[in-house]
Amino acid sequence: MPPRIVLAVAAAWFAAASPAAAYVAYVSNEKSNTVSVIDTESWTVTATIKVGQRPRGIEFTRDGKFVMVAVGDDDTIQVIDAKTQKIVDTLPSGPDPELFTQDAAGKIMYVANENDNTVTVIDLEKRARIGDVQVGVEPEGMTISPDGKILINTSETTNMAHFIDTATRQIVANVLVDARPRFAEFKRDSSELWVSSEIGGTVSIIDPAKREVTGKITFDIPGLRREAIQPVGIGMTKDGKTAFIALGPANRVAVVDATSHKVTKYLLVGQRVWHMDFTPDEKYLLVTNGVSNDVSVIDVAAQKVIKTIQVGELPWGITIANKP
Amino acid sequence: MSVTTASEARRGFSFSEYITCLNGIVWREALRFLHQRERFVSALVRPLVWLFIFAAGFRQVLGISIIPPYETYILYEVYIAPGLMAMIQLFNGMQSSLSMVYDREMGNMRTLLVSPLPRGYLLFCKLLAGTAVSLLQVYAFLLIAWFWDIAPPTIGYLTVLPALILSGLMLGALGMLISSGIKQLENFAGVMNFVIFPMFFASSALYPLWRVQEGSPMLYYVCEFNPFTHAVELIRFALYGQLNLVSLAVVGGCTAVFMIGAIYAYDPSRGLVRRGPGGGET
Repeated sequence: MPPRIVLAVAAAWFAAASPAAAYVAYVSNEKSNTVSVIDTESWTVTATIKVGQRPRGIEFTRDGKFVMVAVGDDDTIQVIDAKTQKIVDTLPSGPDPELFTQDAAGKIMYVANENDNTVTVIDLEKRARIGDVQVGVEPEGMTISPDGKILINTSETTNMAHFIDTATRQIVANVLVDARPRFAEFKRDSSELWVSSEIGGTVSIIDPAKREVTGKITFDIPGLRREAIQPVGIGMTKDGKTAFIALGPANRVAVVDATSHKVTKYLLVGQRVWHMDFTPDEKYLLVTNGVSNDVSVIDVAAQKVIKTIQVGELPWGITIANKP
Repeated sequence: MSVTTASEARRGFSFSEYITCLNGIVWREALRFLHQRERFVSALVRPLVWLFIFAAGFRQVLGISIIPPYETYILYEVYIAPGLMAMIQLFNGMQSSLSMVYDREMGNMRTLLVSPLPRGYLLFCKLLAGTAVSLLQVYAFLLIAWFWDIAPPTIGYLTVLPALILSGLMLGALGMLISSGIKQLENFAGVMNFVIFPMFFASSALYPLWRVQEGSPMLYYVCEFNPFTHAVELIRFALYGQLNLVSLAVVGGCTAVFMIGAIYAYDPSRGLVRRGPGGGET
């Protein structure tokens, strides 16, 4: 073989075999009351951290030093030191915290308390509660607009997306969406807000300026009943071109062209796929599969599921950051 | 091959003469295949019918357990693709054995066996020719399957080649062994019923063995002892750049046994061919 071909083959081989950059993923296991730590170089679980009861919402602090996990049945949020992987503190949420979000600076945190119909505002520096906002019944989805001015909360039973002014902490608008809204996500350029409705089986596209639904994404998987298609987690690439939507018991992640709002592909993952997060380089997307107790890894560019990793029981949320 | 090289020295045939012979046989087989366009089409249609129709109906069957070499959940059509590749080779092996029965009936066989080169070598060439034809069919199938979203890693298209050659040789040798016992073309229907169908269905081609074990432990053992299962698994692992050692050993061993059996059977001085009235070679 000519040396040039040998070199090309070797280069291709190394390119294919080169590991992902050093990231670490934290997965909350709702039933086993643990957090699984996944190394994205080896794609293995490197640690399992015992946490409070019913861990669901999970997110790194903006500086990547701590992981916050909402432990609903303990009515608090626990803080894990990413270096020592030990619980070092708790944050004062309301009863049954489920999902939460932070502002861009990582100073203020907003928590949806499922059983209390409130959103708790927490100062992350002082680790103190600084306010509450009354919202609809069973608040869940939480996201903040890229300019930090509007906080979105979706309430599962009221079927609304509440627009909350972060300065006044008052609801400024309510947008009705399909049944049981679970998750909300802004496009980076603030042009659209996406809200997934689990029972409705749709993702509503909302114009954040007009505060009205301008379109809906529907899903159709041959051979599956409509009721089995329950959109939950949403992940959007930074360029705003591609979105991934977890379809719950359909065991699929839909790939959506975020410009035309058309589904381009369905990727088979584990059972009851729930939430997701990208690696910081956006090379991979990790999704939690609640019923099959594992996490599937999607190659974002190839739009292919490349691996599935066993974690604890009923994995729910996931967050990924650089290794500390 | 080293055996033939030794005999070559003994009988004084040059290497190029061996190659000429190989070329002749392979080309004849390839031309025959390419000229029979219906055969090429039907060789492709068969697995595609399975893929497009059968697999579509069973789409939801899998996806609840991850088995090696797969690293994540797969759709049913992805699962059966290696089984269908092996099916192509199984049919092809049997079909080239059919062509040997035909050759025998038409007298072409005599032309072949009249060659001064060792009989074992001639039969081996015939096997290689049949395998080469099956490779054409398998890669054509893979190309169509790619459009159906069955896309193994790129390197897999290369690593599967040795597995395909070995399994092609095994199934071809089996066909040859069987063809030595068939006296007339019409008996081929029996081969379908007694060889092709049982081998194909009692294997891991259509369903993973753990599923079979759940349903019937007895059938599980039958599948485990079926060399076709190991041909399928060898191809399946190779397609994902992995080596299944057990399957390699089984397929390698069976290839050797079937080939020796076929060479023995096609030796008119002792083999099965001579026996009985109406045997092709008289």
